[in-house]
Amino acid sequence: MKYLDEFGDPDRARRLVAEIHAATTRPWSVMEVCGGQTHAILRHGIDQLLPAEIELVHGPGCPVCVTPLEMIDRALLIAARPEVTFCSFGDMLRVPGSAGDLFTVKAAGGDVRVVYSPLDAVAIAEAEPDREVVFFGVGFETTAPANAMAVVQAHDRGLANFSVLASHVLVPPAIEALMASGTSRVDGFLAAGHVCTVMGTHQYAPLAARYRVPIVVTGFEPLDVLDGIRRCVVQLEAGRAEVENAYPRAVTAEGNQPAQEVLASVFEVCDRPWRGIGTIPASGWRLRAEYADHDAERRFDVGAFVVEEPAACRAGEVLQGLIKPDECEAFGATCTPRTPLGATMVSSEGACAAYFRYRRSGSPAALRGG
Amino acid sequence: MGESEAGGSGADERLDLEGWTCPLPLRDHDRIVLGHGGGGVLSGELIEHLFLPAFGEAAAAATPTDSAVLELGAVAGGGRLAFTTDSYVVQPLFFPGGDIGDLAVNGTVNDLAMSGAVPIALSTAFVLEEGLELDVLGRVATSMGRAATAAGVQLVTGDTKVVERGHGDGLYVTTAGVGLVPAGVDLRPERIRPGDAVIVSGPIGRHGVAVLSVREGLEFGTQLVSDTAPLNGVVAEMVRAAGPHLHALRDLTRGGLAASLTELAATAGVGISLTESAIPVPEEVRAACGFLGLDPIHVANEGTLVAFVAPEGVDDVLAAMAATDIGRHAVVVGQVRDERPGVVLARTTLGATRIIDRPLGEQLPRIC
Repeated sequence: MKYLDEFGDPDRARRLVAEIHAATTRPWSVMEVCGGQTHAILRHGIDQLLPAEIELVHGPGCPVCVTPLEMIDRALLIAARPEVTFCSFGDMLRVPGSAGDLFTVKAAGGDVRVVYSPLDAVAIAEAEPDREVVFFGVGFETTAPANAMAVVQAHDRGLANFSVLASHVLVPPAIEALMASGTSRVDGFLAAGHVCTVMGTHQYAPLAARYRVPIVVTGFEPLDVLDGIRRCVVQLEAGRAEVENAYPRAVTAEGNQPAQEVLASVFEVCDRPWRGIGTIPASGWRLRAEYADHDAERRFDVGAFVVEEPAACRAGEVLQGLIKPDECEAFGATCTPRTPLGATMVSSEGACAAYFRYRRSGSPAALRGG
Repeated sequence: MGESEAGGSGADERLDLEGWTCPLPLRDHDRIVLGHGGGGVLSGELIEHLFLPAFGEAAAAATPTDSAVLELGAVAGGGRLAFTTDSYVVQPLFFPGGDIGDLAVNGTVNDLAMSGAVPIALSTAFVLEEGLELDVLGRVATSMGRAATAAGVQLVTGDTKVVERGHGDGLYVTTAGVGLVPAGVDLRPERIRPGDAVIVSGPIGRHGVAVLSVREGLEFGTQLVSDTAPLNGVVAEMVRAAGPHLHALRDLTRGGLAASLTELAATAGVGISLTESAIPVPEEVRAACGFLGLDPIHVANEGTLVAFVAPEGVDDVLAAMAATDIGRHAVVVGQVRDERPGVVLARTTLGATRIIDRPLGEQLPRIC
């Protein structure tokens, strides 16, 4: 509780804002990689407090948004099977596949359940041995250790009816892909604190050096984000490009070693398609061969997919920081949280949903004025 | 318990289901999904696009309120009757601070109280699942009796149905209630005026978090209990203290403060400005919501109200509320404005501004 008050303190926020204003002499684009940071920024109106020279652009760090359409479709087909109990985190239920979402499958009779931990799904598999229990393992390095642990537990307990539909993605390759694309306008990054809690900060140093960008590891409370922006701007103004840890209460250089060990034992790195972006080499995790029995993709062969994204949806450009959500013609018109064209509008972490929820009837400047 | 099977075929003969299609313009939903019961946008669309057109001339044209106020006419001496109904499908049946029984009584009492009515009597209808333990039903019924006594209402008629095992969550309760609206009392969203203070009667989010904490086996390490309680007592004090300065009331149930305020702003054609730091959110609620990625202003309550009061009545209302157990933490959280009708804005703790949106449907915990 103390943290919550401490890291939302308006007086300290004002001081940080003043320091950012004092430090800024030129325009800079800063990308917050994680959807949790995007929501903190818009929910607390942090972008309204910044100098006009600082542009915050939103990154690909929403696990729901970047889960490829074919994986959602695969989930829908598996979830609809009568013998399957399909377990998922809540916000995956509303993500549209090519036809419908998991809520639609549930309404049509599918056994779809919201769980808060993959270990809950293991418990279901143990309690209901006649059911095929599938957990939708989506997310970045943050959620992957718990999913890996679930696989290990199910394996050790001999639960042959438990499997994971794994769609894990990794942050550093995504940053690499953005910077290597040649179209990026990002000057500095706010890296996601949760990811670094698990993986440490050391893997960002080569990126910062190669692309001459400061990377500041940042938390999710308002003061965390403001401090991250301040440090990023200070580095940019000084011409430095270093990895800086602005989240030391949760992040170390080495990260969480036991979590990394379980990840390495269960998963292996693979190429992975990102919704709206395309395939990024070595950017995902799949289950190792020794856990093939718990791999839902192998267990339920639902065939190959040809999927087509709605033509009007520019979520991919939003995810790469190329446009702001409200620069998309469909935003707020044909694309709303109720009728989302892309996952960035449906996920609670999506940049488009955040803009729609907090900002749709006014620019930051308009809101500043009243 | 009365029997309420639909008898005769008179009603059926008038129905023309040939060619009738669901007019609900939901792109992805040709069936009911959970979100249709969440009290948000989807619930509203169900009423607007399905129920009202289907009911046709039989549907009242009035704006949606917690309870309908019916003019009794000269035959009954010109009084006004408040009438409401609600169904309760909460899981689990027992949760910290309450159970489905007192929830069903308090919820209906509160819907009556929000129109300023003095609740008189409630009906109780049960849908029981085959196999339900009588002990459970007995505990729920006892709780209902206790809640009704506390609220000063009678349980006067009812119905019992049993469905086969697997066709229900043990126990559903429907309560309907009637109350009398005292002469001179007129609480409606249309009476909300620019300049009105927005008052919340106490801490928000407790019911939703208390239920979540036991429903999903989440351990928040907290003793948080539901706020379920009858509000007719505190409403009577508010009416007495403020008279005509009390313009409108709404109890904050599904969809929380956000759903109530956005709906009222739209109905009344006014803007509402909130001061986020003034909204009373218990630390346990704040922490649990942070953990789950939920916003406390979207979380359900069952014994908390929002009041719209003209400036000249604010001090009297706050004093009257402070003297009650339920309203002792009542506080002004915002103001009604004439600009940006239908929009609820919040001044954030950092001094910026954000839009408060109506939830879509079910609140979905975030992935990380």
